[in-house]
Amino acid sequence: MSGRITKWPGVELSAADLAEGKVTETRFRPNAKYAWSAGEAMSRFLAELQEGRLIARTCHSCKRILFPPRMFCEECFRPTDEWTYIRDTGTIETFSISYLDTDAKRIVDPILVGVVSLDGASPKMGMMHYFGEMTKDEIRIGMRVKAAWKPREDRHGSVLDILYFRPLRGGEQ
Amino acid sequence: MKKVGVIGAGMTLFRRRLQETGKEMAFEATKMALDSAGLTRADVDMVVNGTAPDAFDGVHMKGEYLADGCGAYRKPYTRVFTGGGTGVFSTIAGWWHVASGLADVVLVVNEEKMSSCQPHPQSVFAHIWDPILDRPLKPNLVWIFAMEMNRYMHVHGVKKEDIARVAVKNKRNAVGHPCAQLADAHITVEDVLASEVMAWPVQRLDISPPSDGASAVVLASEDFIRRRKIKDRAWISGVGWCIDSTMWTDRDLVFPEYVARAAKQAYKMAKISDPRKQIDFAEPYDPFDYKELHHLEGLLLAKKGEAPILTREGVTERDGDLPVCPSGGLLGVGNPIAATMGMKIGELFWQLTGQAGKRQIPREVHTGVSQAWGDLMQYGSVVVMSS
Repeated sequence: MSGRITKWPGVELSAADLAEGKVTETRFRPNAKYAWSAGEAMSRFLAELQEGRLIARTCHSCKRILFPPRMFCEECFRPTDEWTYIRDTGTIETFSISYLDTDAKRIVDPILVGVVSLDGASPKMGMMHYFGEMTKDEIRIGMRVKAAWKPREDRHGSVLDILYFRPLRGGEQ
Repeated sequence: MKKVGVIGAGMTLFRRRLQETGKEMAFEATKMALDSAGLTRADVDMVVNGTAPDAFDGVHMKGEYLADGCGAYRKPYTRVFTGGGTGVFSTIAGWWHVASGLADVVLVVNEEKMSSCQPHPQSVFAHIWDPILDRPLKPNLVWIFAMEMNRYMHVHGVKKEDIARVAVKNKRNAVGHPCAQLADAHITVEDVLASEVMAWPVQRLDISPPSDGASAVVLASEDFIRRRKIKDRAWISGVGWCIDSTMWTDRDLVFPEYVARAAKQAYKMAKISDPRKQIDFAEPYDPFDYKELHHLEGLLLAKKGEAPILTREGVTERDGDLPVCPSGGLLGVGNPIAATMGMKIGELFWQLTGQAGKRQIPREVHTGVSQAWGDLMQYGSVVVMSS
């Protein structure tokens, strides 16, 4: 009972206790490796990325153009109907300026990352990606952007076939 | 359905690193909860364990590994896991054991030992992202929060100062919590705004820490509570839970629809038609400061965009009209994922039975709501409790 309990269990250790060997411990490093089959929808999506195109699936029941593409509609719970290309332009919905890498290590040059809703897909549907050719002071929500693709020979069917999304230039579609 | 009450709660210290194993921590919290209810393991019919990814502890079948510490030896036992939502969801699972009439007394034990994962549990969090769409971008979990927080600030025109007030309030509230890891009586909004930028707009003091810890609660049927003449009890009057799609780049992150749906389910059961009037205090999930605001709106305790204003006006302080996270929350007490049950369900029990000590809300409270959140911004679990 919170108010009536006087001793709360737990013995705190510091990082130094481990480093200096004051704590009895054992160590283990797993060697787990994975290969994911991309599946029906994502296999086509990745193949299209290699061609410099973004592809979606349509659902004739809810009339949505679903991106990222999927073989069934989670809302109507039926198979989706057709493949359809969408554009590689869109709008920044949100973003972050990250000084952390994937292991939470600090980095000096921040990563610009966020969500782009893509033109031609249903409203708000898009993907997470990097942003480039803009500074951390220029990036803003609502900014119009376009995919910057890797050269054809360097693409191998990955979201990284897009280098980043860059500002849409005047007159560009 | 049978009426179900919480009759005991316990928790360990929350610290970045504890000497005890997960199993030992689970035992300590469980024993405390049983002792506080005046029960022994022999009184327990069934046990529910809640714990987050096995990869934190580095032990697969973590539920099975922890079972002895949870008091489950040779008893019906289930582990449940709904990401961070486990902090409240495991109690819902315990509730249905008793509400169904299957059990009279159920132990709910949540544990997390994040320090085993070296050098930082962050590298394990990276495994929640979609392997094909997201992971090639080498994401960091903080990105989720940064993107959601930025969207929330943008749509509602929220200032960072108003979000920082949540961190200040909760870290100050935690001063009264004997298990707190990051209590700070003197922290200011300026401290939060001057802290290291991790992934803008998220700064270091906007975030709750990784922790080791365990917590436990004892649930019992109304019959059992009357038969054993148990005085300290708080009734579970409503439960709700909901999941959204992992296709998180397809929805506007400004409002947690899944929390709202879980809340509506719980409120309907608790016969709450006007949550802002009928709920006296709240323990929403606050792993990040903006999350408390986001969740207050999801819980329909504030209109969309109104939570920062309520916070600025002091409404959510412990002595305000709607105290929020009087425990000190995850921001102040710590964030051992599932074990945050100690501040969510545990705090509701302690507040409603007048046992919260220095944290006691300085007026009579009859109804509280707790909520937890998890996965790819997609899971909400809600429990309403009444005195």
